[in-house]
Amino acid sequence: MTELLFNIDDLPVPFKPGQTILEAAKAAGVFVPHLCHHPRLKPHGGCKLCTVVVNGRTQSACTYKVAAGQEVDIDTPELNAMRRSLVQLLFIEGNHFCPTCEKTGACELQALGYEYEMLSPHFAEFYPADREVDASHPDVLIDRNRCIMCERCVRASRDIDGKNVFGIAGRGGKATLAINSPTGKLADSDFAVTDSAAHICPVGAILVKRNGFATPIGERAYDAHPISDSVNVCEIAEEAK
Amino acid sequence: MNANPNGKPPLKVRLATTSLAGCFGCHMSLLDIDERLFELAGLAEFDRSPFTDIKQCGPCDIALIEGGVCNSENVHVLRELRANAKILVAVGACAINGGVPALRNRLKIGDILDKVYRDDSGEVHIPDDPELPASLDKIYPINEIVRIDYFLPGCPPSGDAIWKYLTDLILGRVPRLDHQLLHYD
Repeated sequence: MTELLFNIDDLPVPFKPGQTILEAAKAAGVFVPHLCHHPRLKPHGGCKLCTVVVNGRTQSACTYKVAAGQEVDIDTPELNAMRRSLVQLLFIEGNHFCPTCEKTGACELQALGYEYEMLSPHFAEFYPADREVDASHPDVLIDRNRCIMCERCVRASRDIDGKNVFGIAGRGGKATLAINSPTGKLADSDFAVTDSAAHICPVGAILVKRNGFATPIGERAYDAHPISDSVNVCEIAEEAK
Repeated sequence: MNANPNGKPPLKVRLATTSLAGCFGCHMSLLDIDERLFELAGLAEFDRSPFTDIKQCGPCDIALIEGGVCNSENVHVLRELRANAKILVAVGACAINGGVPALRNRLKIGDILDKVYRDDSGEVHIPDDPELPASLDKIYPINEIVRIDYFLPGCPPSGDAIWKYLTDLILGRVPRLDHQLLHYD
């Protein structure tokens, strides 16, 4: 049987039928940036960082299936400039102060900022004042100031842990991470630190307590190497926890 | 190469620096370029800066701004530097996105003053000396007040990052930081 091929940035890459562009690229060792995608979860197509150009049209690499002969552009100046703008919009929309965040150096959002040479937020800061911190749980802290609504925790709790602890409530600028408990507090849910949802957040919104500085700042996953050095982005960040 | 063929002193760029709502950490980091300070002294001379104690800025080439904008004096200084400097560089997290001082932005300024200046008997004495600059409603990144030409992130940017960025600018290169020098923390 002849090998199935498609093209990434003009180079032939093999794939298996049914693979998404992101999966096939990853299998071939090609970096595709993403925040909402996680290999253990179903594709979500929310963050749009993985946007690529397929035969001249933009698509999400995490949801779009590969076909033989497809021409896929991933690493182009235009797409990377768009990705930098997306990262900037995520930064200004929340309260992202890296110097005071426990996740700094192991944060996928920050690492993508470095990757696309984001030097300023560019857009006017929102400084939202209504993002609640929930420190009620004995082992896990929720800081909604840093939530980017990628829904990784929502999907992990529902699909892997079988608990359905998280959801997104509200719309647009009022959207917030809601917790499925009578009081809305994490302590009153059946959430546990052993849940995969406790370790799947790409940013510093869900943090395991008493663990913040176990790895010193400066020696963390993306301090040493750019995020694009590895295609196994999520696994690296989780090992670091 | 003889950089000084006519015996005239070499042309130096004029450099201004200031700290607005910052902690002077970025200025300390500039001093961390260590012996390269001598090289910098060969390339640049300082106008208004905490290093010279000059209080008013004259025409200069590059101004390095540390800190965000938290009060009316910060606005005045920032506009003075924008009017006098050809190139304005936002240095550090606070200048770029407000940084740690901007953590107060979720609170109302009236509530903060009321809390801070309430004495044990419950009376509030908010200082109103006209010489004291008025606090703004929130901390602003400097690019929301004046046009900024370049941004150098870090908290603080390392001495190496400042040296790379500044020498790129002085020598006419496009300033860039590689992965090891680019940090937001």
